[in-house]
Amino acid sequence: MLSDFPITGKKATRDGFGDGLLAAGQQYPNVVALCADLVGSLKMNAFIKVFPERFIQTGVAEANMMGMAAGLATAGKIPYTGTFANFSTGRVYDQIRQSIAYSDKNVKICASHAGLTLGEDGATHQILEDIGLMKMLPGMTVINPCDYNQTKAATIAIAEHQGPVYLRFGRPSWPIFMPESMPFIIGKGILMQEGTDVTIIATGHLVAYAMEAVQKLKEQGISAELINIHTIKPLDEEIVLDSISKTKCVVTAEEHQRNGGLGDSIAQLLARKKPTPQEYVAVNDSFGESGTPEQLLLKYGLGPEN
Amino acid sequence: MPTNEELKKIASQVRRDIIRMVHQCQSGHPGGSLGCTDYMVALYFHTLRHNLPFSMEGKGEDMFFLSNGHISPVWYSVLSRSGYFPISEMATFRKINSRLQGHPTTHEGLPGVRVASGSLGQGLSVAIGAALAKRMDKDPSLIYVLTGDGELQEGQVWEAMMSAAHLKVDNIIVAVDRNGQQIDGPTKEVMSLGDLEAKWKAFGWMVLHLNGNKMDEVLDTLAQAKALTGKGQPIVILMKTEMGFGVDFMMGSHHWHGVAPNDEQKDKALTQLEETLGDY
Repeated sequence: MLSDFPITGKKATRDGFGDGLLAAGQQYPNVVALCADLVGSLKMNAFIKVFPERFIQTGVAEANMMGMAAGLATAGKIPYTGTFANFSTGRVYDQIRQSIAYSDKNVKICASHAGLTLGEDGATHQILEDIGLMKMLPGMTVINPCDYNQTKAATIAIAEHQGPVYLRFGRPSWPIFMPESMPFIIGKGILMQEGTDVTIIATGHLVAYAMEAVQKLKEQGISAELINIHTIKPLDEEIVLDSISKTKCVVTAEEHQRNGGLGDSIAQLLARKKPTPQEYVAVNDSFGESGTPEQLLLKYGLGPEN
Repeated sequence: MPTNEELKKIASQVRRDIIRMVHQCQSGHPGGSLGCTDYMVALYFHTLRHNLPFSMEGKGEDMFFLSNGHISPVWYSVLSRSGYFPISEMATFRKINSRLQGHPTTHEGLPGVRVASGSLGQGLSVAIGAALAKRMDKDPSLIYVLTGDGELQEGQVWEAMMSAAHLKVDNIIVAVDRNGQQIDGPTKEVMSLGDLEAKWKAFGWMVLHLNGNKMDEVLDTLAQAKALTGKGQPIVILMKTEMGFGVDFMMGSHHWHGVAPNDEQKDKALTQLEETLGDY
């Protein structure tokens, strides 16, 4: 129940990545890190300070960084690449496709500043297509955690997972509500609130807004079930189908284009196994713009009211 | 260690394999494969310190990366002829359910291949990553890479060149197949590469030159390159080759970059190439 997920503070998910990377480095001697001139933004300094010999600064050359990561993985390392989500995906799609995904390389593509909440830098940097790009690649695991604690746990958990992973997180300071001690299980959704009238399935930053939405619906006499899907691929089909069989309708919520995102994955699942009315809270075939994260989420229809 | 003459005999057989593979499936890239045969034979049968059975991580052994993956026929031939997989498997090249894909891949589990290549410009970056891993592991063995010259038109190669010098990757030996040809014509007409020696030097590399179709020169230059490793700088060999070398009517133009010989052309080519190790 939501009471098990009290807000305990505020921190950016990228801070969770930075702290998780240090912990993964301490736990796994083969973990190495690469960064394309965004060490501060990705919060990688703690790792670099402790493991300078296990860090490679690649300069503003993301294609080369992805290739080097593939080579490090070939030789048995577990490379974590760090740059913005835009430069982690679209800019280097062919490098990821051939040298990492098709070549089955154990590379962890860690992508910060995803989505509208990158804010003031505007649409050039606000990628809203990255989940779709990455989930289309065979063998790629796609993870979009929702808060500091979940991002930290995910960053450590992916070191154990053999195979390429896309880990997506963001820039803004954001509520922390996932229990610090909760284990991160790739591919396993989390039931945060039981309900009977509608299922809300949310990922990333929008889990926090979905929690607000559940409260608002309750005030209106609507009982909403809330599922936190941190792993978009492979999708936890069971948790979704179990919930839908009870509520018979679904709303998906994500900071991504409607095309290609979580909602798209859920729709495919339901079309095949349990056709169900669905509403999408997602960006509808549009680029973003400059503004504060909160302003942008509201303007593009991603607020708790939506 | 095989002698110069023995290596030339192997090269003749490898060239036969290339012609027969490409003819059999009526597709593939014979031109660059024939041009790079002497280098690949020298590497796999003489210079490279490699172990069987194949290990992906390549710990304690030299590693080779083929960046211009379209010359897969020559690689498949030297891999099978040096024991990575049965030579009979060459008959499956580019056919359905084969491990010998049109362009090399790890996906089907073919021993000897460590990364997929074909989409050009990516191999040098991957090789630098492997070289850095060797340095981290204090493994003194070396990384060898082959790239095409047309391939240098890909921007990623220059990112990689810059990074290897900056990171002082001195356990890598790159060979550029300088045959001066690409699909649409001579490189100087399609997109001039200019003064390649000056460009690699300006990017911080030690540059060697080589006639890649002379076995003794290939062996000498590879030895010279090895002697230059460990000195704080990456090494490149600008290797002049002739596309189609060994088959007279395939030499001297870009026509045979990606065209398969017909029955008559195949027979004509094979008469020029002695069968030394037995056809597959």
